[in-house]
This record gives sequence, structure tokens and C-alpha cells, in this order.
Amino acid sequence: MRTVFRFHGGIHPSENKQQSLQTPIEFAGIPPELVIPLSQHVGAPASSVVAIGERVLKGQMIAESTGYISLPLHAPTSGTITAIEDRTIPHPSGYKAPCLIIATDGEDEWQTTRCEPNYQDLTPAELVQLLRDAGVAGMGGAGFPTAVKLSINPDVHIETLVINGTECEPYITADDALMRERGAQIIEGARILSYIINPARTLIGVEDNKPEGIASLRYAARDTGIDIVAVPTRYPSGGEKQLIEILTNKQVPSGGLPADIGVMCQNLGTTVAIHDAVIKGRPLISRITTVTGRSLDQPQNFEVLLGTPLRFLLSRAGYQGSTNNKLIIGGPMMGFTVPNADVPVVKTCNCLLAPTENELPSPPPAKACIRCGQCAEVCPASLLPQQLFWFAQGNEHEKLERHNLFDCIECGSCSWVCPSHIPLVQYYRAAKADIVLHRENHLKSEHARGRFEFRQARIAREVHEKQTRREARRQAALAHNNDSGSITSPSTDPVQAAIARAKARKAGQQKPRSEPESS
Amino acid sequence: MAPVLITSPHAHSARSTAGMMLKVLLATVPGILVLTYFFGFGTLVNILWACVVALTCESLALALRRRPLLFYLGDYSALVTATLIGIALPPYSSWWLIAIGTGSAILLAKHLYGGLGYNPFNPAMVGYVILLISFPVQMTSWALPQGPEELPGLIEALKACFAPAHYDGTTMATPLDLLKQNNSLPVDELWVENQQFGRWAGLGWEWVNIAFLGGGLWLLWQRVFTWHAPVTMLVALALMASLFYDGGSAASGGSPLFHLLSGATMLGAFFIVTDPVTSAVSLRGRLVYGTLIGVLIYVIRVWGNYPDAMAFAVLIMNFAAPFIDHFTQPRTYGHRDKPENR
Ligand code: SF4
Ligand code: SF4
Repeated sequence: MRTVFRFHGGIHPSENKQQSLQTPIEFAGIPPELVIPLSQHVGAPASSVVAIGERVLKGQMIAESTGYISLPLHAPTSGTITAIEDRTIPHPSGYKAPCLIIATDGEDEWQTTRCEPNYQDLTPAELVQLLRDAGVAGMGGAGFPTAVKLSINPDVHIETLVINGTECEPYITADDALMRERGAQIIEGARILSYIINPARTLIGVEDNKPEGIASLRYAARDTGIDIVAVPTRYPSGGEKQLIEILTNKQVPSGGLPADIGVMCQNLGTTVAIHDAVIKGRPLISRITTVTGRSLDQPQNFEVLLGTPLRFLLSRAGYQGSTNNKLIIGGPMMGFTVPNADVPVVKTCNCLLAPTENELPSPPPAKACIRCGQCAEVCPASLLPQQLFWFAQGNEHEKLERHNLFDCIECGSCSWVCPSHIPLVQYYRAAKADIVLHRENHLKSEHARGRFEFRQARIAREVHEKQTRREARRQAALAHNNDSGSITSPSTDPVQAAIARAKARKAGQQKPRSEPESS
Repeated sequence: MAPVLITSPHAHSARSTAGMMLKVLLATVPGILVLTYFFGFGTLVNILWACVVALTCESLALALRRRPLLFYLGDYSALVTATLIGIALPPYSSWWLIAIGTGSAILLAKHLYGGLGYNPFNPAMVGYVILLISFPVQMTSWALPQGPEELPGLIEALKACFAPAHYDGTTMATPLDLLKQNNSLPVDELWVENQQFGRWAGLGWEWVNIAFLGGGLWLLWQRVFTWHAPVTMLVALALMASLFYDGGSAASGGSPLFHLLSGATMLGAFFIVTDPVTSAVSLRGRLVYGTLIGVLIYVIRVWGNYPDAMAFAVLIMNFAAPFIDHFTQPRTYGHRDKPENR
């Protein structure tokens, strides 16, 4: 048994997971119309490459990536493009954004795609490019392009690859269902990942309230060296930083990346997407979504084509609209409500929750903060939520920053526990937005896309720029010192270049290590 | 369906501030019953009258501040303050004494600072100290602990409160007073000389304290507060008492058990020190907060000018609580330094 460590705080909300686990994953079916937002990931929105009226095949690229941090989109089934227009997308701000509309034809006709069952024949860089072309994004959190996440700074060695299968949010069972039913694919996906980044160890963290999932994974992972670690059930153990602390007893430095402490974290659902992309040649066109809540007669997990309107899913699960008080994408702790059921499922929608008023009542009006300190006790970031609340009320931006407001992961534990029902997280979100707005006035348009996404994108961009600069410097130095120029890379893709460099360096490192042996 | 847009979290624990206050009120019941058993209906009348005054003052303050009345009255914090004052005042206190104490607690110590949550000082203790300084005679005479047969009845108690001129009760110094004033007799002789002493501490008092301890333990079990402040307070008080207990000479400060079961010790530990609004917030801070209150109580009881020291000790530490919080800030995840060091 691997030792697991503790993170500060945490809560035990009612799990409510059993109701959606009564039946196996079921294909939700092909809705008459698919709504594909051009932006389903962190970074620049994709750009349409199809024309209205054009027939598209399943798996065909319909929008291309528009930058380093961007991803292409593929048709989830065959049909005709009927419109490219603004529709409400699943986003906390409930705003409208450009979407491709496909009228499906029911044929579900595939375009021939490229699969690589013998992926070891490819270089890691080629695999990363394949994942980029397949549109694979993080399936758990904000939807960060997996290819970008995998293109870490070549100076950094990843010691530990962490696959996040904790699924600590109440109600959500999408990963649990995957573990039960597709253990082999998860493990294969994890192996592809570890082939790409070559970590010393690969750990899959799963909360111990999923014994079936753990058993299934352990069976699938026998003889692979992949360790399935059961971690105590405590929200938010699935927060990236928290899981890393649980498994390694190390904390990700504030403002830094897990790679800074030699860790990379990938979502469990992402490993299946990676498996599908590489082994089956299937781009990211569907996902598992838990559809649950007491307004539904049959809560269950569906395999859903991206772009499927929520309305279609709800009716598949026996929706009782009269009892429903809100529609939540994601779980009750971190999910967001959507204005209507026409919003489509996108790459990051792991759950659609349709609760009754009794089940998740609207919060009563807030009473005064009595400084009971319970919020601070449960805060996984060891912040002082009541203090931040105080400063946020007074718009004291400087104090908020000095008290590390930006280390708040918006897990909602403090609001959950607060006996005075103060919507603390709402204050923090507003304050963060305010501060960012002040600080980065010129990035106003980015603001609506969310602070978190913004930060992730910025960090990745900086790493990328650093690499490019370094490469340019090295090229210049090479051209200067060595006219043979044997290392000049014709590749224009910086990711490929970076990985090629990493390999070169690794090869270079092996030499000194082998010297003592040979002498 | 009319979906509403609310931001996360959408789930909430079942706890509420009003629920916690109600539990605190409930937990005072055993102590009040024991007080009534030994000292008669005086305490009950105190509490009831204090509650009437508190609700009136609270409503008045809310109306003046243009706040929704029922919503704020519904947090029951005024009732908790009134109950604590009613318990702390000597039984058979006059109506005006109770009214001044409760009124200043609610109006001065609470609403002048902005209401519940904004008050730096414990309102009940502020009210108590104002009375203690202004009316020392009335505040230090305590009824005689007697069996239920000899005690004044409810009518007598009401008379004592509302027609104090027509009431003539017997009062005596409390055991803490006696021990303090004593400088000639060894402790065991003092015990024999005075009927106010019981088995371990004051007659009746020991049971009153045990009853409040029981209520406090129940609150702890209900997780209304954490153990940190009350336990450290009691431990610090007991340690101080053992450190300076010389076995019972005339100059003795009283045994640890005597201190634990005397006066307002248990009431203070579980109902006053634990007041979240005015105490330190962080867990480590509460350890410091509780310890210092325990030490102060002993110092004031034994070497100070007042026989019981709960109110002063708590008020002094209320004052220090923000500083304690400042120096016990936790280290944020992913940071090397605590916030204040940067
Ligand atoms: S939990 Fe709520 S009432 Fe308690 S200190 Fe935090 S914000 Fe204040
Ligand atoms: S939402 Fe932020 S402040 Fe609240 S518990 Fe989570 S990390 Fe702490």
C-alpha cells in the first residue's frame, strides 16, 4: 500500500452517486440537431473550415485550431451544416458564442481516420501532434488542450504522472462508470501518456468510495507497474493541487505548475479520449456525461455526442420539468447553472444535474458572519475565507492579494459549511474578476472566458515563448559557432521542436551516465 | 420550469447560525435548572426579564438602523446574550439592574459596533462589567444556597425583581469571595466555618459548574464550537491553580478543583470563551486565546480586586483576539511564508 497524505480542510457533502450507477453507460443517441461551439477548450476558439450546406462525415474536421493554445473540432456524426451562428453555450456567464449547427442524417457515416495501435512506433512528438489533431482536451476541468499540457518545458523532468480518477464532486459518476466498464482503455491511455512523458511512476488516484472502479482498474493494470491508489473520500480531493499533495506530500508552488515539482496531472476521462484517438483513430467527438438529479426518472451515464442539446439528454433520462428548479452543468459544488435546456454538451461537460427544489434548495438570505472560523477549517488552500470576505466587501484589493485570494480554487467548501449561508465564493469570484480587470485592462475581452482559463493559458504561453526564445538563441549560437549546422530543425511546429530537443538532451544525458560503467 | 442562475456551490450543509444559537440556549438549561434548585427562582426571573429587555432593545436598534426585524431577531443572538446575563447576575436582582446590563449589552456593545458579527467585545460581558463597576454592592451579594423548601418561591422572586423595595432576601458572600477575603484561616478550617462551602468548592456551585460542563460537552459533541479555546482555558486555569496551591494555607489560592468548579468557570469556558464573534478565529489562535484567558482568570481571582474574573479576562482577550489572529495565520497552500510575512 502506498502511503497517502492529508490535505488541509475538506468536507463531506452527501455523495448522491448511487442513483446514476444503476445501469451501464448507454449511448444517448443521435439528436436531430447538433450545436458545436467553436470554443470548447481553453485558448483561442477554433475556426470553421466548412460551408453552410456542406455534408460532413463523422470524424471529419469541421473547424481548425487557430494557434498554439487551440484545438480543432470534428463532426460527431454525419449530416449537413445548416448554420454558423451565435448560440448560448455552456459557460458560467451564460453568454452566446459562435457555433456550427449540424442537421444530422442518422447515417452516422464515418470518414476514414488514422489509427495507431502500435503507437510505440511513433515518437512522443508525433503522438502529441496526433492528440492535437484529434482535438483532445482535459475532460475534467476547464478543457485545457492536452497536447499543450504534454509539451512541457524540456528542462523539466516529470517524476510522477498522476491520473485523476478521484471524482470527488457529489452526483458525478462519469469516471466511475468508465472505471467499471472501460478499465483496459483507461490503463492503455495511461500507458500512452507515460510513453509520451516518460515518468518514473504513474499513479491513478481514486476516492475509496468507488471500490468497484478500483478493483476493475487494478485488474486492468496488473503487470503494468501503474499504481491505483485509493484515497480517502473527502471533497475536494480531486482538486489537482490537493490530489498531488495527497499522493506526493508536495505542494504545487503558488502561481506555478505541477511540473515545477515534477508532477503532471491528467484527468481519467482524458486517458480514455487519448486511447480512443490513438488506438481507434477516433477524434474527440463524444464523452461520458452523468445525467442525474431527482427531477429525472432514470438518472444514468450516457455516452453523448458533443453538441447534443441538454433537452435531448433530459428527455432520454425521463425528465420531470415541473419539479426541476435549475439545470446545473457539473456537480453541486463547482458546477454552474445554464439559462435553458438548448445549451449543448461540450468537451468538458461531465455532468448534467437536474435537481428538485427540495434536493438542492436555493440558499436562504445570508446572515451576518459570526466569525465561527468553520470556513477556514475546511479551506483546502488554507486561506482565511472570513477574512477574504471582509476585504472583498470593502473592495480592498491589495489586502485580498496579500491574503492570497488568487490561491482560492473556488471549490466552494467555505460556502458549503458557512452557517450564515454567506455566498463566499461569489464574493471571491467577483473580487478576482475586479482585480484582473484593473490589472489587465487590455485583456477585457478575455475576461468573460474566466480567470482560471486565462491564467492557465498565460502560463502555457510563457513557457512556450521561453522555449522559442531559447531555441532561437541556440540556433543563432549554432549558426555562429558551427557552420555545419547539423541540428537545424526544419520543423515549424514548436511542440515537435521542443520534444525533439528533449529527446536530444536525454540522449546527451545518457552518455555521461554510461561513462563510469565503460571505464 | 424557470431555471435560475446562481453560482456554485449549489449544495449546503444543514447547519445554520440560528440553529447553533438555539443549541447554545438549549445547552444552558441544565445549568439554569441546578441554579434554580440551589438558589431558587431568582435566576429564571433574571433570564426572562433580560430576554424581554434584550428583544425590545434589539428591535429598537434594528428599527433605528432600518433592518428587517424578524430576519435579524431570528438569529437568536439577542436571546443568547440575555440568557448569559441573566445567569451571570445574582439571583433576585432588581429589574433596573438587569435592564441596564442587558440594554448596554445590546445597544452599546452590539449595535453601536454594527450588530452581530461586528462587535469586538462580548456583549454579555460588557453589560456585566458595566454593572460590576457601577453597582458593586448589588453585584457581589449572592443568595444563600438552600434546599428547595426554604427557598423563596416564584412570587417572592418576581417581587424581588419588580418591587425590590418590598423584598428582603438573605445574601452572602460567595465562596470565591470568602477565599479571597480570608487571610487568617487555613483552607480546611475556612471550609468548616462557612456553610457556603460544599464538597469540592462552593455548596451548590460545584453542581452548577458540573451542569454547565455537561451542557458544554454536549455542544462540543454537536460541533457547535471546537475544543480548542474551552479546553485550553480550563487546563491553563487548573495548571495555574496547581502551581500556586500550597496545600491549603491561609494564603492559599484554592485548589485546582476549587477553581474549576467555582463561580463562572464552566459557564465561561463553554458559553463565553466560545463566543465565535469575539474570540480568535484560527484553531491555533484559539489555543492561545483560551490559555491566556485561563491564566488571567486565576491572576485576577487570586491577586486582583475582583473575586470572579471571567468578565475581565474575556474582555481583555477580546481586545487581543485580532492580534492573535494576525500572528497565527495559516500558511497558504503552495506558499513558503505566512501572509503577514510578505
Ligand atoms: S463560516 Fe461563515 S460565519 Fe463562519 S467565519 Fe466563515 S464566513 Fe463567517
Ligand atoms: S472556495 Fe476558495 S476560500 Fe473557499 S474553501 Fe475553496 S479554496 Fe478556500
